[in-house]
Order: sequence, then structure tokens, then C-alpha cells
Amino acid sequence: MTDLTALTLAEARDALKAKRLTATELTDAYLAAMERARVLNAFVLETPEKARAMAAASDARIAAGEAGPLEGLPIGVKDLYCTEGVRTTACSRILGNFVPPYESTVTANLWADGAVMLGKLNNDEFAMGSSNETSAFGTVTNPWRRRNPDGSIDPTPLVPGGSSGGSSAAVAARLCIGATGTDTGGSIRQPAAFTGTVGIKPTYGRCSRWGIVAFASSLDQAGPFARTVRDAAILLKSFASVDPKDTTSVDLPVPDYEASVGRSIKGKVIGIPKEYRVDGMPAEIESLWAQGIEWLKAAGAEIREISLPHTKYALPAYYIVAPAEASSNLARYDGIRYGLRVPGDDITDTYELTRASGFGAEVRRRIMIGTYVLSAGYYDAYYVRAQKVRTLIKRDFDIAFAAGVDAVLTPATPSSAFGIGEKSGGDPVEMYLNDIFTVTVNMAGLPGMVVPGGLDAKGLPLGLQLIGRPFEEETLFQVGEVIEQAAGRFTPEAWW
Amino acid sequence: MSVDRSTVVRVAHLARIRVAEEEVDKLQGELNSILGFVEQLSELDVSGVEPLTSVVPIAMKKRADVVTDGAIPKKVTQNAPQAEDDFFVVPKVVE
Repeated sequence: MTDLTALTLAEARDALKAKRLTATELTDAYLAAMERARVLNAFVLETPEKARAMAAASDARIAAGEAGPLEGLPIGVKDLYCTEGVRTTACSRILGNFVPPYESTVTANLWADGAVMLGKLNNDEFAMGSSNETSAFGTVTNPWRRRNPDGSIDPTPLVPGGSSGGSSAAVAARLCIGATGTDTGGSIRQPAAFTGTVGIKPTYGRCSRWGIVAFASSLDQAGPFARTVRDAAILLKSFASVDPKDTTSVDLPVPDYEASVGRSIKGKVIGIPKEYRVDGMPAEIESLWAQGIEWLKAAGAEIREISLPHTKYALPAYYIVAPAEASSNLARYDGIRYGLRVPGDDITDTYELTRASGFGAEVRRRIMIGTYVLSAGYYDAYYVRAQKVRTLIKRDFDIAFAAGVDAVLTPATPSSAFGIGEKSGGDPVEMYLNDIFTVTVNMAGLPGMVVPGGLDAKGLPLGLQLIGRPFEEETLFQVGEVIEQAAGRFTPEAWW
Repeated sequence: MSVDRSTVVRVAHLARIRVAEEEVDKLQGELNSILGFVEQLSELDVSGVEPLTSVVPIAMKKRADVVTDGAIPKKVTQNAPQAEDDFFVVPKVVE
């Protein structure tokens, strides 16, 4: 029998529906794959008993003719999503053994549609990082490895990207059929690019943020990881909903995203922003971008050079807005209501000791930057100015879209996956530069998707990013599938 | 703008994060690296630009002012490091 974990989500769904496969068989195949791949450290908590019980319930519903759209499909959940009765830590020591008495809206939607939970996936602490190296549970190893010029394998462990590094690694290594992620500055798209997977950050407001551990509330958005564009489209339909518990969730009908996969892109206008051509960008990324343009042109799209003049200011503005919001959101970790407590001489002492011990170095740094830029005397110079810059960034996109651009094509990342420890040294800004192409999308609240485009000379995946108009994710799936058809799909060779 | 040692200590206290004396220098360097990076925003003329407060042009929704939840003290306190009779136990705050 063929390896069941090789099936795409769409293929597995169809096989389950046709009763050629049971949810229990599929779930068992994934649980076995997870067990074999523990060296990757993608999962921080495996929930095999829950998975088997959910799979059995799925099989019963399929037999009764009551299957949901995701019936029996085994999913991994980023540890930022609260899962009722299942430990949720945001991969921080400060949450300790927090067991939520409630379920996040997005995961509740998935389970209501029949999906099966395999466990909780590793991420950077509170989603702050681009390499999964800030997790309290340790680094995740990318299933991809570099190839030497002679064709032999370089065993140097590489990062899976971040913050959703467990999600990207698990989907690429076939440890789950799809996964949940969150994206504040690129935390779905950058790891997708580093692992050859598809990741989409929907428009701000498309998915409910309720029950997802908050990092920067005006930027955070939930989205799926999958192995194909079609699979991502199927998942997003279940992710998205209007939710009375998140006032920023938008009351717009959720389209049938899968229906847009395979639709012709003839006549679509694709914008190519010249500002994404940055100094020091590897020639391979430049040529992949050019290749992407050719693919879309060949499929009938009109290619148009555009200008997004404030692009270079997005990352510095982000490093004011995101830490400011984080310093406020993370004030709740006080050692009183949940998680870790380090007792001190008085209440302030308890707060300070708890937070010093519970937060990792990157999180402490960002809280302090945020506290500084919001403090008296600096608020206008930093925070208000950054929010004004955000208006200019959004305006750049508004102008391009008003002129008829349907989607924007850019590289996803300035490099392929780097080695564990290579960029986590002295200067935090070096790591931040990873998000240079993705962060504009969060600042403007737009949908962005990364699709694998090819492999570099070291045999590592590279991604292309598509940016769409607000709430026009369908266009991204439509255009993304054209890239996928031309580029093919990329799977790492199992070495674990 | 850059921060000096005493500002690092003051900000750490505002953030309620204890910083050991020997960590201050390193933290000062890291914070100044980040502040140096964001400094480029001062190149931009933002006069007459409104700050962006919401990316989606939709008025904030308001729910009816009614009780929809409650009477679950066990659930509220079950994750507390120290709880007693459905109360959070805290260090003494008033003499």
C-alpha cells in the first residue's frame, strides 16, 4: 500500500468521501510519521488519543452520510491557538502548563468541519522570531538540507523559518496534512518559503483572532499551511468566519475558495514593484522572480511595473508598532492569573522576577522597545510617526489597486533557509531583515500568499509572494495555482 | 535617539522586567541597534498624514450591553499559580 501521508489534502478528502480510506487509517499513518520525525522537534505536544477519538468520530459521521468539508483530515495546530483541555503555551515558559478552558474560534471551526487534531506545533516564543529559535521548547529542524556541489548532502541543520516553524516543518515533512499558522510580519509566509510549502495570510479581519495568543493585535492574522494551493484554499474556507467575540472580524460572505483554483488568469494585471529589488539580493532570487513573471505572462496575465515608494519604511515602522502592541498585550503575564510565578518580597518584586524568568531574551527585548516607544515624551516621535508611515504604505497599495492591478508579485524572502545559530548572534536587526518582503502586507492589512517557485543551487526551496486586494483571496489562489502548475511541487527527501 | 544605562533600567522597571546589573550593557547595545534601525523613519515628511488606526475601513462593531458569560469561577482560576476558594492569591499589597 502506498504511503497515506503522500496524499494531498484534496486527494485524502476525496478518498475518504469515496470510502477508499478511513479517517482512522489516515490518522494512524500521520501519528506514526510524527513518531519517526521527533528529531525535527516540530510538535511540542502530540495528542494521539484525542486524534484517534476524533478520527473514529469522523468515520462514524462518514458512515452516517454526515461528513463535513474537512472530515477526517489530520491537522497540526500552532501552539499559539488555545485548545480546550490541551496545553497551550505560545512556546513560552511564562505560560507554563496553561490549559485553556476554551477553544479558539479558528480551531473550533476546523473541528466543526470534521478535522482531526494531531497535536500542538512549535513556534517562536509568542510568535516573535523568524527562525523558531526563540521557542522555549528549542529549535525546529527544517526537513530540507543543503546539497553540496558534488551532489552529496550537507548535514548542517537549517531553520524552518518562523514564527510558525513547527507548522512549516510538519507540513513539508508530511507530519500533518495541513497546519494552522499566524502571521504578524511574515510568520506564515517566510516559513512557507523556507520549506517549499504554501502559506497564506488572509486579509486582516477575514479570520477571527479570538483564542489566539495575542502578539500585535492590529497585525496578527490566522492562516493555513498546506502542500498545494488547492489544499490551502480548502482550509481557508473553514478558517474564515465572522465572530462576535472578535469585533475586527469582518461580516462578509466566505467564498468557495477552491472554486477559484484552476480558473484562467487571462487579462489579470500583475504588478511588479521595483522597490522589492534590494541590494545584496541573491541572483537566484532575482531570476526566480523573473521566471515567475514569465510564467504569469505565458498564462495570459498582463505584467505591469509599479512603484510602492514607501516599501523600505515598512520594516522600521513595524519594529515600532509591533513591539508597542506586544508590550501592552503581554502585560497580562503577571504571575497572578495563570502560568509561572516567581515569588518576590512584594507584588512589584513578584511581577519583575516572574517576567524576567518567564520571558525569553527576544520577548524581553521587544517588550522593552515597546514600553520605551509608548513612554511619555516618545509616543509622538515614535508610535504616532510609525502609524502615519503605515498610512503611506497602505496608500501605495491603494493607488496600485485603483489603477487596475489585481495582484502584486514579489520574492518571498531575501534568502533561502539559513543554518540554526547563523543569525541568532549579536545584532537582533539582522534577523528582522528576513521579513523585509512580507511585513508591508501586514502593515497594510492585505492578503498575501507564498507559493514555492523552485530550488536554489543548494537544493533549497525558494518562494514567490502574491499580494492581493483586501478580501480578494480568490485572486491569490487563482494566480498561485498557475505558479504551482509551472514550478511543480517540492518535497524534501526523508532523512530522519 | 539612543538610550543610556539609566533609561534602560527605567524602561525595564516600567515593563516590570527585572534586569540584572550585568545585563544592562548588552541590553543597551541591542535596544540602540533597534532604535538606530527605526531612526530612518525621520527621513519621511509625514506632515498632514493621518495615523492609521484601522486597516479595514469598517466602523467598530458594538455588542448589546448584556451579560453573556459568567458564573464560571473555577474555570477562571483553574490555571492560577495559587488560588483558594475561587480567589486568586496574591502577595500582600497593603500594610
